[in-house]
Amino acid sequence: MTATSALRRSLESARTAVTAEVGPPRGADPEAVRRKVEPLRGWLDAVNIPDGQSAHVRMSNWAGSLIALAAGVEPVMQVTCRDRNRIALQSDLMSAAALGIPNVVLMTGDHPRFGDHPDAKPVFDIDGVQLVWTARTMRDEGRLLSGRRLDPPPSWLIGAVENPFAPPVRFRAARLGKKAAAGAEFVQTQFVFDIPAFARWMSDVRDSGLDQRCKILAGVGPIRSLRALEFMRSNIPGLWIPDEIGRRLRGVPADRVADEGMTMCAEIIQQVLRIPGVSGVHVMAPGFEQGIPEVLARAGLARAARDRPGPAEPAAAGTASTRVTGAGGSDHAD
Amino acid sequence: MTVGQRPAVTADRGGTAGHPGRRARNIAARPRPVRPRLPAWLLYRIQRGLAPNAFYRRLAEWLERSPARYRIFAATEKAVKNEIFGCRMCGQCTLPVTGYACPMTCPKQLRNGPCGGVGSDGSCEVYPDLRCVWLVACERAEGRGRIADLHLLQRPIDHRGWGQSSWVNYWAGRDEDLWTAGDGPAPAIARRAPAAGRR
Repeated sequence: MTATSALRRSLESARTAVTAEVGPPRGADPEAVRRKVEPLRGWLDAVNIPDGQSAHVRMSNWAGSLIALAAGVEPVMQVTCRDRNRIALQSDLMSAAALGIPNVVLMTGDHPRFGDHPDAKPVFDIDGVQLVWTARTMRDEGRLLSGRRLDPPPSWLIGAVENPFAPPVRFRAARLGKKAAAGAEFVQTQFVFDIPAFARWMSDVRDSGLDQRCKILAGVGPIRSLRALEFMRSNIPGLWIPDEIGRRLRGVPADRVADEGMTMCAEIIQQVLRIPGVSGVHVMAPGFEQGIPEVLARAGLARAARDRPGPAEPAAAGTASTRVTGAGGSDHAD
Repeated sequence: MTVGQRPAVTADRGGTAGHPGRRARNIAARPRPVRPRLPAWLLYRIQRGLAPNAFYRRLAEWLERSPARYRIFAATEKAVKNEIFGCRMCGQCTLPVTGYACPMTCPKQLRNGPCGGVGSDGSCEVYPDLRCVWLVACERAEGRGRIADLHLLQRPIDHRGWGQSSWVNYWAGRDEDLWTAGDGPAPAIARRAPAAGRR
């Protein structure tokens, strides 16, 4: 089955692409996914459905993706190498295509040590780069890793992830280059809180022409409490939050912290979209998916504005500053 | 993510590999980052002396003709390389292009560079008191002007190769397509000659 990807159209059209993460529930109720994705319809191009995020047991990536699809929101199925070997990975990828899931984001994944089953066997049969490479081979060459033919081949849009802030920082753009060479067409980054550091990474990315081959979606998200700030600082591997963020959150009355966090997130969205080569944003707000439209609205990415030029009209000319009207709407209810 | 549910970092040390700061002697234990014992410049030099030639090819054939000889040779290789690199005998050695830091000691056994979880101090996300082995690899490769090695696309390993002598595989020419430059439009992921399953 050939699935058409609205996210692909958006990325190709030079308008601001928007994706967001929707965490599937720990439980057997499909409504839990539907309730989270339905308010997002029309606000974004696609929702990411994680694959056991942070190595916790959740409803599976493909099941969550199917529920989102049925609710009229295009899914991006995340797949990690943590729990499956190459046989299961290729089967799941093929199945996703058969069920009409049009986008996949492929990554190595968190180690089970950080999850709710630290006693589990970590699989890591292949790594994230090799998984991207495998998917590209399945789609473009119509072959499995074994060399056997797939008929018909899948057609998903292939994405990857990258953390621009983790050491060795100098190597991070080159690592994205490996993913692009393996077949990644877009990348969603780790949370951006440190704009100068992100801009430096983007400069490396542009220097090697990577932003032309692999669209960059900057990861963003609101920090809604001081407790959440501390949790993210100490518990999310590879996350870097500058002190300034904490100072600003502590500088407002306790009942305004959540609001300030959302405003800060909207400002970060506007700032990253001004950086040349950035194609869009990926919003991560675990447990606060209902607030995503509000954050986007404050950033000037309101639902009605999705098809108009983006919010940023910076002085410096660059690829990100010339946003034109894209083909088609972002509302893909069927 | 649930606050307070993360198990203590020491939870599954289990005593299998001794103190976390020491090298992983027990290859049955979970992989943990190992900092190589010898400097990169020396290892690159030794590498030149091990390059395949007619002698080494004949040696490889001679070793493979006798299971006993092969076993003794592989055990020696394991002892030496485990001591220096924390080698786990994947049989498909990539050390010459990773600054002689072994990626199979990464808890995720990544062959293509560091994961996104490296701490801002360079610590491994799984063993925060150890340095990320890929960071060590980058530093060692960069120090010898070999950073381009890390841009190579590493193909998936053949898990039938565990326990084999990577020196024999190297001399027999089975290692030739473990990686590719990946600068063409669509580098092939399949290896022409999978390392394993032929003994």
